[in-house]
Amino acid sequence: MATLKFSKDHEWISVEGTTARVGITHFAQEQLGDVVFVDLPAVGTALTEGGDAAVVESVKAASDVYAPVDGEVTAANADLADTPDLVNTDPMGKGWFFEMTLSNPAQLDGLMDEAQYKAMIGE
Amino acid sequence: MTDTANPTSLRTTPLDALHRELGGRMVEFAGYALPVQYPAGIMKEHLHTRAAAGLFDVSHMGQLRLDGAPQEIIAAALESIVPGAVTTLKPGRQRYSMLTTEEGGIIDDLMITNAGDHFYVVVNGATKAGDIAHMRPLLAKHGVTLTELTDRALIALQGPAAVTVMARLAPGTEELAFMSGGAFAIDGVPLWVSRSGYTGEDGYEISIPADKAQAITRRLLAESEVEPAGLGARDSLRLEAGLCLYGHDIDTTTSPIEAGLIWSIAKRRREEGGFPGAAILQKQIAEGTSRQLAGFKVEGRAPVREGATLHSADGTEIGKVTSGGFGPSFDGPVGMGYVASAFAAAGTSLIARQRGKDIPVSIIAMPAVPHGYDKVKKA
Repeated sequence: MATLKFSKDHEWISVEGTTARVGITHFAQEQLGDVVFVDLPAVGTALTEGGDAAVVESVKAASDVYAPVDGEVTAANADLADTPDLVNTDPMGKGWFFEMTLSNPAQLDGLMDEAQYKAMIGE
Repeated sequence: MTDTANPTSLRTTPLDALHRELGGRMVEFAGYALPVQYPAGIMKEHLHTRAAAGLFDVSHMGQLRLDGAPQEIIAAALESIVPGAVTTLKPGRQRYSMLTTEEGGIIDDLMITNAGDHFYVVVNGATKAGDIAHMRPLLAKHGVTLTELTDRALIALQGPAAVTVMARLAPGTEELAFMSGGAFAIDGVPLWVSRSGYTGEDGYEISIPADKAQAITRRLLAESEVEPAGLGARDSLRLEAGLCLYGHDIDTTTSPIEAGLIWSIAKRRREEGGFPGAAILQKQIAEGTSRQLAGFKVEGRAPVREGATLHSADGTEIGKVTSGGFGPSFDGPVGMGYVASAFAAAGTSLIARQRGKDIPVSIIAMPAVPHGYDKVKKA
């Protein structure tokens, strides 16, 4: 059973054991508009909680995506190269960004659960 | 990761309530709350404008009325502050020009129309207060009065279907030549309509009394060809069309010659001068400039944005991006920037450096997407 958590910067992280998958929320993709490119981190990249992890480009602007916790990138979503609009159409599913290990799982306690996140965005 | 401004403290246009009703995402632009996009999104709004007709609120722009003196005096007064030919501008004709500094820089770019018994000028929203402060005393020396038409809205109907829609609602507008304007009416509301725009498409810019702006806009949106389009699509459309955005591609540190706007300066004015910065611009015309504004395309799908540096193959910095984004019709990233003149020829391969990454780009002839102007009809 995966645990789903959310950052204040509108990233989601789905954790299973010591690995996790990361993407941006439905609210975030709505705010961005049509996504045309995602600059994903290379496998092996060390990530720091709150540090730059990826860049998502809409028609209008580039936006940073931050690492929700510390860890190392183990996979990047290759489908986004040809179909970056998956971020718009399925942000919580096929539009995931990258997978990572968790070097400090205790950091998850500092993230929001779904109810808290929905409250933050006013839903 | 959001860029949405709090629009409550901003100025609003006469179409504010309509934007919100249509689900427009309101952002700050030029001190106004304006929709960056509607629910359809920038991509669809852009493509719909190129395929049919997009409707834009550009009421933030400054609409100025110049009168108080005979037309030839107003024309001569304007020629003392812009390099464009105004004294030869016939009634009903419109011309693109710019306010220049004594150093040959650009204070703003603008549209000048000979409206028959006065001149009608449209300037950029972000710069209008400064433009008026600059222009008013210089025009007053010639007895010309400048009035900002704060009681008027301005909308743009752009795209290949705009002419069909306008012919239906305001018969006669289909006869307007590109870059000309006249007085028309829709449902009895008096309008100033010009055949012009900022998308590279055929289309119209329509000046409306503020209290009638919503009714006229709703009337246009009710036509099947027309969809609302926001600032985002306006920017991607003008970028593909190779049209300069003030404050980005042109400003007081760039000259019209460097920016490739020499076409807007008539031969007589190049020879005679008589506008701010004339000597410097004449020298640039004669000798060339060390840098030029050029368009580029990108290898791959990553947009190269404003501020990225441009480098030659050996890594030397030779320029900077002033506008860049994704072109929905171009179907790829596209941009403009100033490059050393030796690197401005179409086909030149360069490297854009952005966020520490090197991205191959190559210079292209602009526009990136061919203009759809109706240039058949002559005034």
